[in-house]
Amino acid sequence: MKSVRVFKIALALLVGAVIILAFAACQREAEAQPVRIGVAGAHSGDLASYGLPTVNAAELVAEMYNENGGINGSRIQLFIEDDVCQPEVAANTAAKLVGDGVVAVIGHICSGATFAALGTYLDSDILAISPSATAPDLTQSGDYPNFFRTIASDDAQAQMQVSFALDTLDVQRIAVLHDRGDYGRGLAENARDFIEADGRAEVVVFDGVTPGAVDYSAIIARIQQSNADAIIYGGYHPEASRIVGQMRDRGMDTLFISGDGVKDDTFIQTAGPASEGVYATGPMDLSGNPVAVEAAQRHRDKYGEEPGPFFLEAYAAALALFNAIEIGGTTYEGITNALRNNTVDTSVGPVRFDARGDAEGVGFAVYQVQNGEYVELR
Amino acid sequence: MNYFLGLFVSGLTRGSIYALLALGYTMVYGIIELINFAHGEIYMIGAFTALILASVLSIAGLDAISILVIASLVAMIYSAAYGFTMEKIAYKPVRNSQRLSALISAIGMSLFLQNYVRLAQTSNFLPFPTLIPRLGFLQQLTFQVTSAQFVIFVTTTVVMILLTLLIKFSRVGKSMRAASQDKTMAMLLGVNVNRVIALTFVIGSATAALGGVLISSFTGQINFYIGFMAGIKAFVAAVLGGIGSIPGAVLGSFVLGWTESFGAGYISSDYEDVFAFAILVLILIFKPSGLLGRPENKKV
Amino acid sequence: MSSQATTQPQPGRYLAYAWRSLLVSIWFAILTFPIIVIRANTITGTITWRWHNIGWIVGGTFVGSWIWRYFLERKRAGAEATMGPLRQRLAAARAVVTQAARRPAVARGGIAALLLLVVAFPFVGGMYQTNIMTTALLYVVLGLGLNIIIGLGGMLHIGYIAFYALGAYSYALLNLHFGLNFWLALPVGALVGGLFSLAIGIPVLRLRGDYLAIVTLAFAEITRLVLENWSSLTFGTAGIRNIPRPAIAGIRLTLPQTTTFVYFIMILMVVLTIFVVNRLENSRIGRQFVAMKEDFIACQAMGVNIARTKLAALGLGGMWAGLAGVVFAARTTFINPASFTVWESIIVLCTVVLGGMGSIPGVITGALVLILVPEYLRAFAQFRMLLFGAVLVTMMVFRPGGLIQKRRRAYTISAQEKQVAAEIGDPGIQG
Repeated sequence: MKSVRVFKIALALLVGAVIILAFAACQREAEAQPVRIGVAGAHSGDLASYGLPTVNAAELVAEMYNENGGINGSRIQLFIEDDVCQPEVAANTAAKLVGDGVVAVIGHICSGATFAALGTYLDSDILAISPSATAPDLTQSGDYPNFFRTIASDDAQAQMQVSFALDTLDVQRIAVLHDRGDYGRGLAENARDFIEADGRAEVVVFDGVTPGAVDYSAIIARIQQSNADAIIYGGYHPEASRIVGQMRDRGMDTLFISGDGVKDDTFIQTAGPASEGVYATGPMDLSGNPVAVEAAQRHRDKYGEEPGPFFLEAYAAALALFNAIEIGGTTYEGITNALRNNTVDTSVGPVRFDARGDAEGVGFAVYQVQNGEYVELR
Repeated sequence: MNYFLGLFVSGLTRGSIYALLALGYTMVYGIIELINFAHGEIYMIGAFTALILASVLSIAGLDAISILVIASLVAMIYSAAYGFTMEKIAYKPVRNSQRLSALISAIGMSLFLQNYVRLAQTSNFLPFPTLIPRLGFLQQLTFQVTSAQFVIFVTTTVVMILLTLLIKFSRVGKSMRAASQDKTMAMLLGVNVNRVIALTFVIGSATAALGGVLISSFTGQINFYIGFMAGIKAFVAAVLGGIGSIPGAVLGSFVLGWTESFGAGYISSDYEDVFAFAILVLILIFKPSGLLGRPENKKV
Repeated sequence: MSSQATTQPQPGRYLAYAWRSLLVSIWFAILTFPIIVIRANTITGTITWRWHNIGWIVGGTFVGSWIWRYFLERKRAGAEATMGPLRQRLAAARAVVTQAARRPAVARGGIAALLLLVVAFPFVGGMYQTNIMTTALLYVVLGLGLNIIIGLGGMLHIGYIAFYALGAYSYALLNLHFGLNFWLALPVGALVGGLFSLAIGIPVLRLRGDYLAIVTLAFAEITRLVLENWSSLTFGTAGIRNIPRPAIAGIRLTLPQTTTFVYFIMILMVVLTIFVVNRLENSRIGRQFVAMKEDFIACQAMGVNIARTKLAALGLGGMWAGLAGVVFAARTTFINPASFTVWESIIVLCTVVLGGMGSIPGVITGALVLILVPEYLRAFAQFRMLLFGAVLVTMMVFRPGGLIQKRRRAYTISAQEKQVAAEIGDPGIQG
């Protein structure tokens, strides 16, 4: 009787394994010609709206190259893989992309997923260029020479927000809020540390809000109670617009300073008149950038809607990467050297990468919403 | 004191919002004992239907009030139809199997509907039009109540009273109670159990859609994922109050809302969900079937 | 509809199907109209009408409904009437397999073939296949562990992932601060998982059914939120990185080698789990679990200490999750609380229910299906999760008891015994 059971278990496993190997065998045969590029990020689940714009950007740039005969004559083939922004899925995604034989990856979207995937890429001589992973350690730790990004790290941005708040706005009491995600919290913790180190102002509230919660009035009441002059918020625009909206509804005129997660026209549309006067740091000088204007226009033409978050950064990443492949070939050394030694005009301005992988051209500027539009402050 | 009142009102708003969803949850649970994971998705679909309709109607040039009324009505009808269809496809065939099968089926349905809306519409957040007009008399109150908050609170109360009356006194309500106690016996007594269950889904889904329209006007934005977290919170509220009980769902929602807003206001909003779950655990430890739930006395 | 249900197909029935399917497709066309056809963009204030989509819906639901109805009808007919030819053949095949497996030589051969396959897998499949297989095996262990709580103990638990998280964090933190290596972390992780499971088990002993479910969900969420917010201890959402992969003393392995190594660790762990759970089922405490699940009150009346039995199930279940958590941390080398959401608990629950509650081969199949299907559905890119949802619903509708249903050990009674029973009038045996 017992051997029957064991046998049945064995049989179930056997059948499963055979099916899987059959799949594996099927997937291995593929043509060898094109330049293979992975695009990885959250394409489903709650963070999908931050990952999918990158897919669109990569598709648009790849299409542009392919219409003009590809890179040095070979077509670009994209391998689009979902990591749901979860580290363990990202590790699998990375292994899949390695198996697919990609030379470089555009992504990942979340810092956590990027950390989990980078080890695998490093071992296989694949580089990753992220439009949105902002954790400082990705570049500053020096552990990941194969990592590049077209967005500034959290600490650079937080530093800019804090010095703007202290030097230009001259505020004394600051509430620091975040959305509990790794991007938002990273930004907020950095901001808090900078404020405390500076000593001119005081952090009166440091707290997180729950993304997707139905109501934020409790935390807003607390900010009102604390008499904060300004809020520094780390997070994305959906929560920001609701916080700002509810604050203005209550007649609070607390200044609102945020980062590139909020510097998005959708924020202005969603928050409406309440968005007036909100400050946000974001990549410099995009409104006049012809590449950015063209990118957005091509997105509207192809997908029928405005581009989503990190679209321009992703577009820039794709441009920089393809340009580097054009110059340096498809080897790891060739691409990384080309990325570090050449300046490319992209949708976030002229970009060149430093030794650690941060983009040198990507500067930050402070913007303010004036008459329903983000205006760069000089 | 003003601060306390502010937090009180904030808790009340949250509570009313959870209650609008918890009512549908608890009704469905009461009759077929199914944790309907897809209830949040029905709410999301209601919100999307209203958003689409409101956009079409505002281009057609209707005035605000008629847009609000038409959009809400159509959203309710559509969500009811979705609820009805969902029950026929995913729940009815598994009704006589083990209970967990229905739960997995519900989870599958929830995933399906989320991604259906994401693919057909968009993955981005969309601003939701302010459908609820500003109510003048609220401006005179000393503490802050927005008209959306007020309308949500009033609607929740009305819906709760209507549902209680429906279940207590109407013929349909009696059939529902009969079916929830013993389906076989109800059937023998001439109650069309299938129809009663379908009707429960229809009513539950319609309230969810109403919630979708009002809550989205309050929060001002929607995307395909809003149903999931809201659904879990509504479920917590329904259990807290004693699942299957209509007044219980509302009471549970308010307890949850106040816990969250006072916790966030006086301690830390980082931990507001921790407070919510902790109060749930505490209450269930001392009252294992919720605040107003019937104690489960199993006989041998 | 059901009044026409007979076992023999009739031509008229298919026409009736067609008519009904047509009605269904019209219903769906109306139902999906606003969301499928109209796309409102409130950011730009534009509306797009996509009339062509309605064609897809009508066509798709017509065909889909026909197939659905056909299979549903067959399922119903199969349940009511005699077995169809296919089922008969299946049953015959099963009998042959069972017979063959009784012969030790065949059984040994089968196991040897499986062993060969398992060993060869990482070398044939490549790194990606090995990687996702390892993930699937992790979920096999999780599923079997949860199966002790749900399938054997009958307690609906939706917070299982909390113990997994604690296992992972105990390795990551102990390694970071005290340099504890992977092998020592394994028992520590198991202990932490088990103890924590006991600790949250004690206050909720009185709860049953869905109330227990929601309380366990609450505990899991509290655990995750504390991991997220207690930054000074857990590094919060930024997570812990550079967790060492498992190593054999002194030898530095390359990435593909480590992948294979972890795969074999997981294989061993799965074998161990199967062995333990299998022994457990037929042990004294295993019987108590089943008795408790079947009839709580009768079980108590028979003198089983319910509290202790429940706690035993919770503690044992928690241990496996802790163990799996350690491997998880060592494998991804990076952990943050995002890996331990409610959603993960639900997936583990799904592996148990989908596979067949209480059945070991069932849970294994369930875990393999649930983890591998979404991976292979990657070919469908954007439609991946949509299809996954549909697969879940379909499986539950057509096999509500799970893919491989648990079969209780049956004690057969010979005709002679029945005769005796009839004479002495013992209804228990007669029935």
